[in-house]
Amino acid sequence: MAGYSYSRPRRSITLTVLLGFLLVYSVLPLTWLLFSITKDQPDLLGSFGLWFGEGFALFDNLGQVFTYDGGIFSRWFLNTLVYVVVGAGGATLLATAGGYGLAKYRFRGRNAVFAVVLGAIAVPGTALAVPTFLLFSQLGLTNTMWAIILPSLVSPFGLYLMWVFAAEAVPTELLEAARVDGASELRTFFTISLRLLVPGIVTVALFAIVATWNNYFLPLIMLNDPNLYPLTLGLYRWLADASGIGAAPVFHLVITGAFLTIVPIVVVFLVLQRYWQSGLSTGSVKQ
Amino acid sequence: MKNHTMRRVLAAGAGLALAGTLAACGGSSEGTGEAGEGATAEEIEAALEEGGELTYWTWTPQAEKQIEAFETAYPNVTVNLVDTSGAADNNQQLQNALAAGDGVPDVVQLEYQSLLQYQLPGQLTDLTAYGFGELEDLYTPSTWGAVSQNDGIWGLPQDSGPMAFFYNDAVFTEHGVDVPTTWDEYLEAGKELRAADPDVCIGNDTGDPGLTTSLIWQAGGQPFRTEGEEVTIDLADEGTMRWADMYQEVIDADILCDIPGWTDEWYAALNDGTIASITFGAWGPGILESGVPDGAGDWRVAPMLTYDGTPVNAENGGSAEVVPADAPNKLLGVGFLKWLNSSDESIEAFMETGGFPATVKQLESEEFLGYESEYFGGQAINEVLAGGADGVVEGWQYLPWQSYANDIFADTAGQAWLGETSLADGLAAWQAENEKYGTDQGFTVAD
Repeated sequence: MAGYSYSRPRRSITLTVLLGFLLVYSVLPLTWLLFSITKDQPDLLGSFGLWFGEGFALFDNLGQVFTYDGGIFSRWFLNTLVYVVVGAGGATLLATAGGYGLAKYRFRGRNAVFAVVLGAIAVPGTALAVPTFLLFSQLGLTNTMWAIILPSLVSPFGLYLMWVFAAEAVPTELLEAARVDGASELRTFFTISLRLLVPGIVTVALFAIVATWNNYFLPLIMLNDPNLYPLTLGLYRWLADASGIGAAPVFHLVITGAFLTIVPIVVVFLVLQRYWQSGLSTGSVKQ
Repeated sequence: MKNHTMRRVLAAGAGLALAGTLAACGGSSEGTGEAGEGATAEEIEAALEEGGELTYWTWTPQAEKQIEAFETAYPNVTVNLVDTSGAADNNQQLQNALAAGDGVPDVVQLEYQSLLQYQLPGQLTDLTAYGFGELEDLYTPSTWGAVSQNDGIWGLPQDSGPMAFFYNDAVFTEHGVDVPTTWDEYLEAGKELRAADPDVCIGNDTGDPGLTTSLIWQAGGQPFRTEGEEVTIDLADEGTMRWADMYQEVIDADILCDIPGWTDEWYAALNDGTIASITFGAWGPGILESGVPDGAGDWRVAPMLTYDGTPVNAENGGSAEVVPADAPNKLLGVGFLKWLNSSDESIEAFMETGGFPATVKQLESEEFLGYESEYFGGQAINEVLAGGADGVVEGWQYLPWQSYANDIFADTAGQAWLGETSLADGLAAWQAENEKYGTDQGFTVAD
């Protein structure tokens, strides 16, 4: 370990170059987006992508995004918020309770549940979209908000993560102590375990929020009322305005809308990332 | 625009997955063609006066205005408008609704090329029993022909798209190149433009199935025939080969830009004069005006290019509205449809913002023909465009699975645009794939 310490890491040229490349790779599209939202449509089509155009149309674009098509963008924004708060929020809640239960209680069939959950992780949501659609259509739930919210509530990966996390983060001795003191199981969960689980909850929430925010395929086949669309589908709809008979391209609004769509998710990420870091490292080292 | 392709692939996948269910649900729609269905004009009128609610799916930008006018005329009827944003989404959602047997609209827009796909499995209402036969004379022969196949009337034409040659006159003038009137001249002009400026191309095409079928139609080809369950595919008939021989030269001469239509790149190339001309339907002016503002004053429209000077034409795009067999409020839907595509009030609202009608009366009206477009340098464009409706070759049919055929076009015939194969071989491959698919779907397919 000589010459290598946490405070004075050894420099590696290969790593620096590699990370530099990754940085450019991931920031380039974002830079393009930031320049592009300042352009009106002719500028957007006619000028170099990584610099400003002739005019500065950012505020114009922002204004238009919220008024075009009867101001439906705000509606899509609210819809997405509902899907995220109820869907991802619910998924986090269920995953937390379920993961904790599976980690801390011994009961018959636990291994079977474990196998099912592991198996469910391997099935991509896209593959389930069509069966889910047929199921929902028989229940008369297609083209309602429930069609998006109900499937979002299920997160096998989140459940698995919480399970693993709870097994490490909540010492069984602590629970036993609480039981000896006469606390009910529910009270132990809410007053003791939940606090210890915060980093895990945040991690699961982040995953669920990102997945719900970016959800595209499920709404695509479930919804046909534009008033129920989330942002992803709405932006695609505006993009489609550029094709076919009666086409009236609004590329500048698609771009500005895309920018507005990523802002909240970036903010959520920045705010929650410190929890996430501690969440990822917890449990990785045996204490 | 990669997303676009991706989406279509996904949608096609979902469509396939649903096809099985569709067949399973077929029983419910077969029963709706029973005797006793239908109504007289008076009964339809009475239903509209009495009122109720109906759902209308469309991606026509003018729909809102039309509905406003309708609800003024029939205040007891409420029309729930669902904007399906485009043909692809519309079809996807309609298939979903029909499969689910729930949320089926009362009136829905369908492209002419998709009509058979829904008509053959019995998913559309035959409007003959509602007296729609009387309306025939209102429409151009080619649009009426498109909605009245297989012994029935399956919808009413909304618009038409007789093709025309749109060109950027400034580009041709700048390089001293004569504007072509025939396909041979098109080839020559393309070469001259390329020679004058290597960046400029006379057109763009990366293998667009919609354009290809229209051009085959114009050349006199009739590759697709459907009679009942029997489908004939012959993508080597005389007319088709006439187009393929000509177009092979166009591809080989490398005078077309490799830019797919409707993309941001395409609009940019139209704006800066890289693409000097387009052949598309009479609905083209609206696209240029809204998407190509830099070309204002420079663009002109000419009759469709010919093979030997004799004007012949084809339709490119265009839609009808139909009433699904499972429509919950059928009588109201029928009444609304009739008003929507045959009343002067509605058609005028449709034309006000650039729609190109399918009705003879409007196409021949002096106001329409005399309109001088500022964008086209004061040219009376409708005279040219409406003139194109006269020469449309009659008898064209699309495949009953045209949207699927269009989806696989790129993998077969589309390879010819990449120079991977010849057009003739590519078309043969397209035919083979379609024959296979048609047989799998239960059709009797013949060469």
